[in-house]
Amino acid sequence: MNKNWPLWEIFVRSKNGLEHRHFGSLHAADAEMALENARDVYTRRSEGVSIWVVESKHITASNPEHNGELFEPAQDKIYRHPTFYDLPDDVKHM
Amino acid sequence: MSEAQQNTNGAERSLSLEEIFEQRIANDEKIEPKDWMPEKYRKTHIRQISQHAHSEIVGMLPEGNWITRAPSLRRKVALLAKVQDEAGHGLYLYSACETLGISREELYEQLHSGKAKYSSIFNYPTITWADMGAIGWLVDGAAIINQVPLCNTSYGPYARAMIRVCKEESFHQRQGFEIMMTLCNGTEVQKQMAQDALNRWWWPALMMLGPTDDVSVHTEQSMKWKLKRKTNDELRQQFIDQTVPQADILGLTVPDPDLKWNEETGHYDFGEIDWDEFWQVVKGHGPCNKERMNARVGAWERGTWVRDAAMAYAEKQQNKKENQAKAV
Amino acid sequence: MKTNLYNYILELADNCLIAGQRLGELCGHGPSLETDIACTNISLDLFGQTRSYFQYAADIKGEGATEDSIAFLRYEQEYKNVLLVEQPNRDFAFTMARQYLYDVFHLLLLEKLQFSQDITLSAIAKKSIKEASYHVRFTGDWIKRLGDGTEESHEKMQAAINDLWTYTNELFEVTEDAKIMVAEGIGVDVSTLKEAYYEKVSALLEEATLTIPESKYFQKGGKSGIHTEHMGYLLADMQYMQRAYPNMKW
Repeated sequence: MNKNWPLWEIFVRSKNGLEHRHFGSLHAADAEMALENARDVYTRRSEGVSIWVVESKHITASNPEHNGELFEPAQDKIYRHPTFYDLPDDVKHM
Repeated sequence: MSEAQQNTNGAERSLSLEEIFEQRIANDEKIEPKDWMPEKYRKTHIRQISQHAHSEIVGMLPEGNWITRAPSLRRKVALLAKVQDEAGHGLYLYSACETLGISREELYEQLHSGKAKYSSIFNYPTITWADMGAIGWLVDGAAIINQVPLCNTSYGPYARAMIRVCKEESFHQRQGFEIMMTLCNGTEVQKQMAQDALNRWWWPALMMLGPTDDVSVHTEQSMKWKLKRKTNDELRQQFIDQTVPQADILGLTVPDPDLKWNEETGHYDFGEIDWDEFWQVVKGHGPCNKERMNARVGAWERGTWVRDAAMAYAEKQQNKKENQAKAV
Repeated sequence: MKTNLYNYILELADNCLIAGQRLGELCGHGPSLETDIACTNISLDLFGQTRSYFQYAADIKGEGATEDSIAFLRYEQEYKNVLLVEQPNRDFAFTMARQYLYDVFHLLLLEKLQFSQDITLSAIAKKSIKEASYHVRFTGDWIKRLGDGTEESHEKMQAAINDLWTYTNELFEVTEDAKIMVAEGIGVDVSTLKEAYYEKVSALLEEATLTIPESKYFQKGGKSGIHTEHMGYLLADMQYMQRAYPNMKW
């Protein structure tokens, strides 16, 4: 019985100082192979200095149907943003 | 009641999921894998994205045919890198397609059984080195025209894959044109080789942009979902208009006696495309359909024991780790 | 012309050229897309190294020689690659085994060559070390996967190692040109790499649950231009354009 190589999600840091960003996915039998494959697939043009691989099944994602309850309550909390506060134009460095 | 009020009332009667979905796309919002989507949207996207992925990996074969015979080391590495890119693009696209709930193995199965289509141009043979030039120049040229608008398509994973593909592909067409240019600046034999390649690839390249609008079945729906921004005929005209002057620069003759500049329309008029040939190739009876499929199926089947071994090894390693953890 | 140096460079470069050519044949036919991309990367690394060597060799030779005239326009017996690298891609186990058996040697060689008195060779070696380290890691991992994978893959990998073992000893043969280069501090005495090589290879084979072949019968000839029957076909393919359309630019 043949088993297919599982799917992995690939995160790449483009250069030091930047965060790892999701680059895409690929198939590999194990983590070692996922790393090697990611290196050849996603950093052929010097796109990265560090790679994370995570087997896709280990990622828990929020359900878009719950977007309302999850994300909308933040929308009216405008006092969290600097523009909420009125200051005279001649106040500098703030 | 004013029109505005009517609209508000309409909204109050609560839009169907599908109406909300269509509205989001109309507002240029992206659809992401876990979002609700109509079944038809999902199916259409699986079909188009996988067809695109299949085209990339079948497209490796006609060019792969010349890797061992490339005439210089510089050409050899450039060609290898290009064919490798196509594997990469196939991989990006298969991954995008997998977010729609279908596995790569299922997609391969569809390709190998002949159920899924791929771009029919790859069923033409590459019989001289100049074909590497003509494919890069014409086939990649036509592909780019098709692909650039897809960077803005509505399905997020597809759009992201296409951005990557388009960015990487920009060297492919230039590479092809440079090969043609070198041939055209070369000896008489080389010029003939270049002309011969143009003669063989011109019409298939035009066909590559798809059937004419009056017979194309998917266009309207695809436009709505931003799987398509322009019709096949518009894309074809654009391709011809931009390619003919390039042929002039090369000093080659486009093999179409009816081709001429139309001052009034601001476009080139061109001759009749042999659609019978197109459908013959699409239906599996082109010069290389069988070879291409045999090559793909063969590679996959020869690889089975390799893939199985890698899985077996991974499991053994995993078990070892777990046993070690238990022992501690 | 510095004939010894020229010949020595060919000895180094032809291995890269022919190994790269063999891997290039597989592009588009690998067991998975991911592996296909990886093997092509190794092939590209090897061709890149080949070009650096040949460009240097062309400078030494003069008389209008180019990297391409050296790569494509020699007769079979003028190619100095070892027999190992010209062996065909019989199956994926065979390809990985061939490449691994070369990669281990290649890396050991480069680690010494980086201290060459010849600054060009030293520079090429320094750049290539990183590539070769990755190659050893990649092919070594595959030896383990296939050796310790399924029964079928184990058999195939064992068969590949058994068949290819006979070509390993040639790697450590020191040619007349190499002797002179070693004496001048330019070349590497490959005979000194032998012990480390078999140690490394044996350790990995063991880890991969494979049996280390005991055969003491070895084949040689590549370094002096006497190749196996496979070489002619490889060259017919590789040289086709340059032979059929001589003296043209591509």
